[in-house]
Amino acid sequence: MKLLDKHGALEKNSILLLICILIVVSIGGLIEIAPLFYLNSTIEKVKGMRPYTPLELAGRDIYLREGCYNCHSQMIRSTRDEVERYGHYSLAAESMYDHPFQWGSKRTGPDLARVGNKYSDLWHQEHMAAPRAVVPQSIMPGYPFLAKTKLDYRLISQNLRAHQIVGVPYTDEQVKNAASDLESQVNEDHDNFEGFEKRWPTVVAVRDFDGNKKEITELDALVAYLQMLGTLVDFDLYEEDDPHNQR
Amino acid sequence: MSQTSSSQPLPPMISKTAQWLTSLALALGALITIYILAKTTSTPFKFHMIIMLIAFLAGIVGIMNMGFYKKGQIEAKPSASGVFYNEGIIKAGVIASLFWGVAGFLAGDTLAWQLAFPALNFDTAWFNFGRLRPLHTSAVIFAFGGNVLMVTSFYAVQRTCKARLAGEIAPWFVFWGYQLFIVLAATGYLLGITQSKEYAEPEWYVDIWLTIVWVAYLFVFVGTLWRRKEPHIYVANWFFLAFIVTVAMLHLINNLAVPISFTHPKSVIIFSGVQDALIQWWYAHNAVGFFLTAGFLGIMYYFIPKRVNRPVYSYRLSIVHFWSLIFLYIWAGPHHLLYTALPDWAQTLGMTFSIMLWMPSWGGMINGLMTLSGAWDKLRTDPVVKMLVASVAFYGMSTFEGPLMAIKAVNGLSHYTDWTVGHVHSGALGWVAFVSFGAIYCLVPWVWGRKDLYSLKLVSLHFWIATLGIILYITSMWASGIMEGMMWRAFDSLGFLQYSFVEIVDKKFYLNALRAVGGLLFVIGSLIMVYNVWRTILGHGDAVPIRYKTAHSDDNDDVADEDKPATKLA
Repeated sequence: MKLLDKHGALEKNSILLLICILIVVSIGGLIEIAPLFYLNSTIEKVKGMRPYTPLELAGRDIYLREGCYNCHSQMIRSTRDEVERYGHYSLAAESMYDHPFQWGSKRTGPDLARVGNKYSDLWHQEHMAAPRAVVPQSIMPGYPFLAKTKLDYRLISQNLRAHQIVGVPYTDEQVKNAASDLESQVNEDHDNFEGFEKRWPTVVAVRDFDGNKKEITELDALVAYLQMLGTLVDFDLYEEDDPHNQR
Repeated sequence: MSQTSSSQPLPPMISKTAQWLTSLALALGALITIYILAKTTSTPFKFHMIIMLIAFLAGIVGIMNMGFYKKGQIEAKPSASGVFYNEGIIKAGVIASLFWGVAGFLAGDTLAWQLAFPALNFDTAWFNFGRLRPLHTSAVIFAFGGNVLMVTSFYAVQRTCKARLAGEIAPWFVFWGYQLFIVLAATGYLLGITQSKEYAEPEWYVDIWLTIVWVAYLFVFVGTLWRRKEPHIYVANWFFLAFIVTVAMLHLINNLAVPISFTHPKSVIIFSGVQDALIQWWYAHNAVGFFLTAGFLGIMYYFIPKRVNRPVYSYRLSIVHFWSLIFLYIWAGPHHLLYTALPDWAQTLGMTFSIMLWMPSWGGMINGLMTLSGAWDKLRTDPVVKMLVASVAFYGMSTFEGPLMAIKAVNGLSHYTDWTVGHVHSGALGWVAFVSFGAIYCLVPWVWGRKDLYSLKLVSLHFWIATLGIILYITSMWASGIMEGMMWRAFDSLGFLQYSFVEIVDKKFYLNALRAVGGLLFVIGSLIMVYNVWRTILGHGDAVPIRYKTAHSDDNDDVADEDKPATKLA
C-alpha cells in the first residue's frame, strides 16, 4: 500500500513523529470538551443556585480530604430506579460551583447528591462517630475524630478568594468577612450575625451542627455541607420540558 | 540525525557545567522549600517541605559526586557492539518497580479486607478507606506502572537506537525526581492532602514537580532517539513517545488550579461541574489509554519479539494499530458519564468511539500474539513467555469488556458497581502487571549479566498463583457488580423499590471477602517474584554470572540493516 510506505518519513524523524502524535491526540479532546464552554445549553437555567457559604465550603474540603468521593457519588442518573431512590435526577447547574466536581464514580455507599435534610443533625453526628451504631450492616469507616478536631479556618478568606478567581460569584464583602461569616453560621449570637445575614440573604441553615456549642469542629462544617446538598434548586419550579433545559 | 560517524563511541564523561547548573537549580529549589517552611501554617505542608529539602540537598551531593574520583568519567562497560549502555539506571528502575509493586498490591489488598471487615479502618484518619484508596491507585499506576514504564522505555530505546541514554545527570534526575513525586503523593494522601480528582489527587506543588520531572523524561527519551545509529525509529518507541507526550498534555490540563496561598497545599481547580467532569474523565480514561495501554504496548512490542526471538507479526498492522489507537482513545472519556448531566451529544460521541476502540485494541492483541508464529512451543518451555502471552490475552479480554460496558444500556447497569472495579483489575492485574512481570523477568538476567533467572519453576508458580488470584478477583466482582446493579433497579409488584441500599451492601459480604483472597494470592505471587529476582541478582541457581557478554543474544545488534521496517528487531 502506497500510503503506508510513506510512513517511513515519520519513522525517520522523531520531531515529525512527535508533532503528528500531538495533533492526533488533540483532536478528540478539542471536539468534545471545547463546546462545553460555549454552548449555552450545557448548563440549565435554574433558580436557587448559590455559592457555598464559608462553613459549607470548609465542610466540603473535609469531604474531599477524607476521600468521601471514593465511595459516594453525587450524581443521580436519569433512570427510574435512581429517581425513585434518591430524588430528581441531578442537573449540570447543581454542580456549577463545584471546583472540582464531586460526581464520583463508585457507589460503595449511597448517592449523596440530595442527602441534605434527609436525616437529622443528630443522625449525622452519631453516624460519623460510629456508622454501625446507626446502620448495623454499614461498611463505612468511622470518623469519630471529626467531632474532636477544631476546624482550621485561618485561610478561609483566601479559599473564597481563589474560588472567586476561578469564577465563583462571591462578592468582595463575602470574601473579606469569610471567617466571621463562618462563625456566624453556627452561632446566632455572634456579634457579626447581622452582617452575615446581609451578605447571605438567601436561605442558609444557621445552627450548631455538631451538638457541641463550645467550639467549631470539623464535624460542624461537614454536617453543614451534607445538610445543604441538593437542597438549593426548587424542583417545583423547574420545567424539565422547557426547550432550554433539553440537552 | 540518522547517520552518525562509525567511529567507536568514547566512554561516557560528565560535564562539569551540567553538574554545577543542576546543583544550582536544586539549591534554588531548596531555598524555596526553606522559605515556605518558614511561612506555612500547615503541618503536613511543613512535613512535605522537609522531605523536599532533604531530597534536593541529597540530589546536590549525588550530582556533584558523579565522576568525582575518576576525573569526570562515568563507570560503564562497553557492550559487544561497543556501545556504553546506561545499565545502572535500569537496575535501579527494576528494584524500584518491584518495591512499589509490592507496596501497591499490599495497599490494594488492605482496602479489599477493609471493605469486607470495616473494623479494619480502626476509626483513624490516616488508615481509613478514603485516604488509602488513592494511595493504592497511585502506588500501582504511577509508582509501580510508572517505574516499569521508565525502566523498560530506557532499556528499549537504548537497545533499539544502539546508543547510550542521553545525558548523564538527566536520567538519574528523572529517576529520583519521580521517586520523590511518589513519596510526596503517597504521604500527602495519608495526611489529607488531595485535590480529589481521581488518579490526579496530588496538589499543585507536587503537580509542578512532576511536570519538571516529566519534561526531563521526554528530553532524555527524545535525546536518545536523536543519537540513534538507525534510520528507523523502532515501533515500541512510537508507543513510548505517544505515552510520554500525551500524559504530559493530560496532566497539565487536568491539574490547572489556583492555590489558595503559595504557602498552603490546598488549591482550587479552575474548572467546575460538568466541564470539570468531562476534563477529569478525558484525563482519567487516557491515563488508562496512554499510561496503562500505549506505554505497556511499547513493552509488548519490544519484549515479546525479543524473548521469542521473532520479528513483530505485521509491520502494517503496527502502523494502523498505533495511529488508530491513539486517535480513538482520546474520545472515549464520556463513557464514564453516561446518563449523567453531561449533554447527550457528548455521551453519544463517547460511547461510539469507545465501541470503535475495540478494533485497534484487538489489532494490537493480534499483532502481539501472532509474533509467536513459529515459536508457540515456547509457551510450554518458557514460563516468562507464558506470562507475556497471558498478559496479551487479558488485554484482549478487557478491551472487549470495556467497549461492551461503554454501551449505554450496559453501562446503566454496570456504572457505580463493582463490575467496573473487576473490569479495571482484569486490565490492571492481567495485562499491565503481567506484562510488567514478564519484562522484569527478561531484564534482570540481561542487565545483571546472568545466564538465566534463578528459577524458572518459581516463575511458573508465580504465574499460576497470580492467575488464580486474578480469576477469583474478577469473577467475584462480576457477580457482586451485576448483583448490586440488578438489585438497585429491582421493583416489587406494587412498583416500589424492592431493596434498601444497605440490604444490598450486606449481600456483597462473601464476594468482597473472596475478592480479598484473590488479591492476597496476587500479593503472594509478587513476593515469589521478588525472591526469585533477588536470588538471580545474587547469582544463585540457574543465574550463573556471565563474565563476557559476547555470546549473549541481547548484545547482538538489535537493529542492523537500513531498509528494515521499524518492526524487525532480531
